[in-house]
Amino acid sequence: MIRIANGQGFWGDSLEAPLEQLRRGPLDYLTLDYLAEITMSILQKQRSRDPRAGYARDFVEMVGRGASDIVERNVRVVANAGGVNPESCREAAAKALHRAGVKIGVVAGDDILACLDALLNRGVEMRNLDTGEPLSTIRSRVQSANVYFGGAGIAEALDQGAQIVVTGRCTDTGLVLGPMMHEFGWAKNDWDKLAAGTIAGHTVECGAQCTGGNCQVDWQSIPDYADIGYPIVAAAPDGTFVITKHPGTGGRITVASVKEQLLYELGDPHCYITPDCVADFTTIQLAQAGENRVRFSGIKGRPATDMYKVSISYSAGYKAVGTLVYAWPDAYAKAKAADAILRQRLDRLGLRFDSLRSEFAGVNACHGPLAGEPSPDIAEVVLRVAVRSEDPKPVERFTKELAPLALNGPPTVTGLGSGRPKVEEIVAYWPALIPKSEVAPQISIRET
Amino acid sequence: MARIQLRRIAHARSGDKGDTANVGLIALNPAFYPALAREVTAGRVKQHFAGICLGNVERFELPNIGALNFLLHESLDGGGTLSLKTDAQGKTYSAALLRMEIDVPDALLSETSVSR
Repeated sequence: MIRIANGQGFWGDSLEAPLEQLRRGPLDYLTLDYLAEITMSILQKQRSRDPRAGYARDFVEMVGRGASDIVERNVRVVANAGGVNPESCREAAAKALHRAGVKIGVVAGDDILACLDALLNRGVEMRNLDTGEPLSTIRSRVQSANVYFGGAGIAEALDQGAQIVVTGRCTDTGLVLGPMMHEFGWAKNDWDKLAAGTIAGHTVECGAQCTGGNCQVDWQSIPDYADIGYPIVAAAPDGTFVITKHPGTGGRITVASVKEQLLYELGDPHCYITPDCVADFTTIQLAQAGENRVRFSGIKGRPATDMYKVSISYSAGYKAVGTLVYAWPDAYAKAKAADAILRQRLDRLGLRFDSLRSEFAGVNACHGPLAGEPSPDIAEVVLRVAVRSEDPKPVERFTKELAPLALNGPPTVTGLGSGRPKVEEIVAYWPALIPKSEVAPQISIRET
Repeated sequence: MARIQLRRIAHARSGDKGDTANVGLIALNPAFYPALAREVTAGRVKQHFAGICLGNVERFELPNIGALNFLLHESLDGGGTLSLKTDAQGKTYSAALLRMEIDVPDALLSETSVSR
């Protein structure tokens, strides 16, 4: 049995969670997910300004703070922290670790930005998976392009003795499956076991979202959110596993909390497609196996497809969001009147937007028409107006039209403390496929 | 028969894939699953999310965990970073689905405890 922990559910998650995972109980592996769909474009921009940048700096800080725990307790760390510069990430991590003789592996080869045109010329169209449009429609605006590799490259780096593995773009599930493939020597076509490892990865990839975080069942009674325990997979060679957490930590692991995470961002449950296999979520059997322990068994999988998914980011215009807060009495009526006035002024200025959206937080920002009419006595309402355009100019002008309403519109308005809204560049995401024959993970190991 | 809100017999979690929101609906007790499977059809979910879901709704069954998974296409104002919605990732659509009302036999509620 091996214990594989998740200590980071996304870029922006708790800085303390990985260290708590290292320090509050036994572990064999610590896996960390630092990437989101738009992260790569941000990292690409950082690298274009500084050739040594372009990776998740939080990871390097974590390695520095946790160095003695990692080395002395011999925990292996697997993180997709490499971003668009895994080599520099390795160098920085080696420096932060400040120990000699530790092997750090890199799984690279996912970055296909430089060969995008060569791929297009070879007839790899990379059409948008959602819309079917060819990549050529946005080619000139592409900022980053990365293949999602799975667990196999990570397993290979571990096979070669790496104690820390840094990857570029990699599936969240591969971070957990890789260690299982390495430890248990699972064959690359043992589909049921690969599916089991993939589902274990899916269960823990969002950190505490399977240990009571965000759980709707009896949420008021979930113990000690402030010290919530992040998940640990206790995995067996036969593909069964238990989801648990360190003793003494907060949160609650139940069949219900685990089911919620299983359904998170799920498409067709029969076909959960990863580079490693196709997992079937309708074969999962769950059982409560003690306090804060949920056992998984029965998982079936099918052969992997011959394609990798590619994540391409591209510049898609500009947006801005501004808010004003209206107080009782008639808070909702005032917010609606302010919205109408603002729209008349934008019209009068001749401003055109690809999209203009008004929401009323406190009334309908989350549930829209399902929320119904608010009480006429509602204490306050936040008017939130957002605009989007390919052209930055109307967006820029919009940011100057909200503040005047504080003095020249309906009464009892506040909340302008932070000044005018900021114009943001939109980096959008283009999902596509490429044949596996076009790219391969590149593994390299260096000793500190 | 009793008319109840789904929140009495189910919990849920939602997320996004581009402009599609997924909402997983889970029976609080396995005994409630047949009622969910019978009443909460793709058509009813589409109707429930009128004005929010502009595309079609697909439904998948996971009887092994007493759950249904719905894909609500064209529901996130373009999705991802393009979306101007506060809830651009549909995170609160789980609770929005639990507002739906369905008819269930009285006995189902009186004889079945809610498992945690």
